[in-house]
Amino acid sequence: MAFATAIILAFAAVILSNILWQGWEAFSWRFITSRADQNMFDSQQAGVLQMIAGTSARVVLMTIFVMPIGVITAIYLTEYARKDSLLTNLIQSAVNNLAGVPSIVFGLFGLGFFVNFIGGNLDLILRPEQAAPYWRNPALIWASLTLAVMTLPVVIVSTEEALKAIPPGLREASMALGATRLETVIRIVIPQALPGIMTGGVLAVGRAAGEVAPILFTGAAYYMSGYPSHLTDQFMDLGYHIFILSTQSPDIEGTRSILYATVITLLLLTFTLNLLTILMRARIRTKLRTFH
Amino acid sequence: MKENDSNPNWQSLANESGSSLIEKAMEKFVFLISLTTILFVLLIFVFIARESLPIFLGTVERSIVREPIPVNALTTTPPEELMAYLDLSADEFQSMEKETLELLLEVKLEELAQAPIGTDATIQTTRWRYLLLPFQWSGYDAPAFIWQPISQIRKYNIVPLLIGSLKTSLIALLFAVPIAIGAAIYVSQLAPMRIREWIKPMIEMMAGIPSVVLGFFALIVMATTLQETFGYQSRLNALVAGIALGLAVIPVIFSIAEDALTSVPQSFSHAALALGSSRWQTASSVVLPAALPGIFAAVVLGFGRAIGETMIVLMATGNASIVSWSLLDSTRTITATIAAELAETVFGGEHYRILFVLGTILFGVTFLANLVGDVVIHRLKRRLEGKIA
Amino acid sequence: MSQTQIENAADHEKAEAPLIVTRDLSVHYGAVQALNQISLNVSEHLVTAFIGPSGCGKSTLLRCFNRMNDLIDHVKTTGKVTIAGHDIYRSDIDVVQLRKKVGMVFQKSNPFPKSIRENIMYGLRLHGMRESNRLNEVVESSLRSAALWDEVKDRLDTNALTLSGGQQQRLCIARAIAIQPEILLMDEPASALDPVATAKIEELILTLKERYTIVIVTHNMQQATRISDKTAFFYLGALVEYGNTQAIFTNPKNRQTEDYVTGRFG
Repeated sequence: MAFATAIILAFAAVILSNILWQGWEAFSWRFITSRADQNMFDSQQAGVLQMIAGTSARVVLMTIFVMPIGVITAIYLTEYARKDSLLTNLIQSAVNNLAGVPSIVFGLFGLGFFVNFIGGNLDLILRPEQAAPYWRNPALIWASLTLAVMTLPVVIVSTEEALKAIPPGLREASMALGATRLETVIRIVIPQALPGIMTGGVLAVGRAAGEVAPILFTGAAYYMSGYPSHLTDQFMDLGYHIFILSTQSPDIEGTRSILYATVITLLLLTFTLNLLTILMRARIRTKLRTFH
Repeated sequence: MKENDSNPNWQSLANESGSSLIEKAMEKFVFLISLTTILFVLLIFVFIARESLPIFLGTVERSIVREPIPVNALTTTPPEELMAYLDLSADEFQSMEKETLELLLEVKLEELAQAPIGTDATIQTTRWRYLLLPFQWSGYDAPAFIWQPISQIRKYNIVPLLIGSLKTSLIALLFAVPIAIGAAIYVSQLAPMRIREWIKPMIEMMAGIPSVVLGFFALIVMATTLQETFGYQSRLNALVAGIALGLAVIPVIFSIAEDALTSVPQSFSHAALALGSSRWQTASSVVLPAALPGIFAAVVLGFGRAIGETMIVLMATGNASIVSWSLLDSTRTITATIAAELAETVFGGEHYRILFVLGTILFGVTFLANLVGDVVIHRLKRRLEGKIA
Repeated sequence: MSQTQIENAADHEKAEAPLIVTRDLSVHYGAVQALNQISLNVSEHLVTAFIGPSGCGKSTLLRCFNRMNDLIDHVKTTGKVTIAGHDIYRSDIDVVQLRKKVGMVFQKSNPFPKSIRENIMYGLRLHGMRESNRLNEVVESSLRSAALWDEVKDRLDTNALTLSGGQQQRLCIARAIAIQPEILLMDEPASALDPVATAKIEELILTLKERYTIVIVTHNMQQATRISDKTAFFYLGALVEYGNTQAIFTNPKNRQTEDYVTGRFG
């Protein structure tokens, strides 16, 4: 049994040490601060700044979309809903179900719903004269929305956890002083749950940052010069760039060093986010322990 | 009581305050927002099913051989027939000049002249019969399952892809289940507290490795190393992808199984320990049987995760759509097919729709796996809490 | 049983002005009946104690008086509760105003994890007080009324969770009286405290009784005799006996009451 655990840790160690070993030389300040204009396969000049910008942009937008909906849903489930009603169960199983949908299916959904349906209708309504589609194209906003739907369960579940950890006595005290449920939620529940809610947000970002499949058809670009500046722009992405460098490089040996350096960049991003959630959770746990 | 009635302290009780209106409006708002989760599940299903519906209903009618329409018949043919013949939408048709249409008719004629003559060309290849059953195409010695969407005769048999997905997922489970369950037993039952607090976050971190990174590692490092060690033929194959997929699935199975094992009440194991059994005896004879449904659920949910995973299989299987159960042959999965081919399809075309059919199948399979897993876990938790027998 | 209840109630109606009146009050939690046809009067400016074994419904009844039971799923209340002549379960009753007038202190002290000052100000702000001078005045006066001012006046801005258990409970009392209720409901307020802290709370209750009508749930019979004027004994959701505390403890009319107050069960 201890052996099985050791195998897992050994695999993790082999993967990480291989990546660090092969990539640390190419991974430099110059690499993460220079762009890849016209030379994305040039191991001496190419950088990943556009990809960092693109990945950050889609993740930030996603957070803006997913947090309000996720947090409000969790508030409904813990503060308002009757625990055993059919509808509450339906919402709960929808959350579970959403969490299990494969990421490529989210990609298909993003293309079918956001790009073609919403985008197509926006074109019809906002620009009826123009023939060329403007909204009905893969774009930053569609990729972010697709990711927001994908990470919705992550936010809901961790917010629910945070809300459930608040002692019911605080809600009772507030209501007994004449606060309405809404006032109790706004003045007591949300401030108390804030660290937990933020943990959920970081968790969602960590989950979404490395995802490639949902953005393949909804916004990621193989190459573009400059940065995305509009919601309707496409973007370059760290994860997608790893895919491109691994499978479509004209000279796989020549680009190996920048491939490894890109992997380090993405891992650094996701690990920082994951480490942050683990630390935040530990802090909340010790805080709860001292207060009870 | 009359005295109290006039007491000004209590007058305000009967006045309905204005704030309750806001309160009610907000409650409705919060409720409506919470329905978006249900809405999205429905939308996902509707929009994926919608695009694949013509295939399910068998209403895609497009064999390669058609009655040619000569160029000079342009004005005499009804527009609907022309639109269907030239694959044009109504808008496109309206916006085209007469000259353009004539040009298109000429191109079409040339295309038809080059089209293969023979039985294959008249076949509606999107019918279920051709999607699921083997067929002897001209030039083949025997009936075969063939996925060949980019060719003159487009062949959409999905069996090779189903086999590819199942094969890689099963390899992943064979690799991941013993390791993940073993680790879960160790961490939840046998390990000292201090080690436990270290290992759990480390496995959580492993769950945070993006699948594109695991795919990269399988493709660049593992494939070469394994081929050099064992000397088989195709560098990228089901085994390489399956192992990488297993690495992605281990954290999933581990955390669910570990959760199930720790939710077995301590009183169970304390009773066994008090009777003099060792920690390992207690784990295997008391805790493990009690948590068995949870471990089963972990495996089912791990399968759902494995079959839906995209980037690893896209990068490490080699993507050859061969019907073979050999672990060392290159293979092509449902997910990788969608990821690799969707960008090149014509919107609304038959290939596009077939890929959405694959998406629908994938959605259905993972939906079932998740449903089974969740129901089992739910029942287990309730039983361990003593709510049902 | 209900015949005696009404007689009991009728007796006391003559003697003191009843502030809270219940008639045939029953409460169900789903299929479980928690209160069965309770009719009793609570008099103004007295301390009324509810006693009885766990699960007898005494806390449920207390929570009817400020409608805190409304917060629980599947609760069904029938019968009538009037406070100062208002039927508080009527639909046009403003529950916010009701809870402002009927304060509550809970079994487990539950100060908000905010500063001491913020705890007191919470209810005041809810009810629209904004002026900081007035707010600070009320903070002082209510802490004084709760006999806590001298202990905390130098650290009003520290987190309330740093206070001891007894201090926390007195802070909760101060928080409740800051919004000037008429009635104070106390649900076993000293059950989690040590004897010294308990004595302070009891002392406080005796001084508060001049200003407020107090209903206290307790499982400590000595406490009931020390602080209450009237005592009601509940058993299995029913009101068994209700009368002057003295009479209930020295000369109970009912066998079950006698068994309970003499410590034979419960």
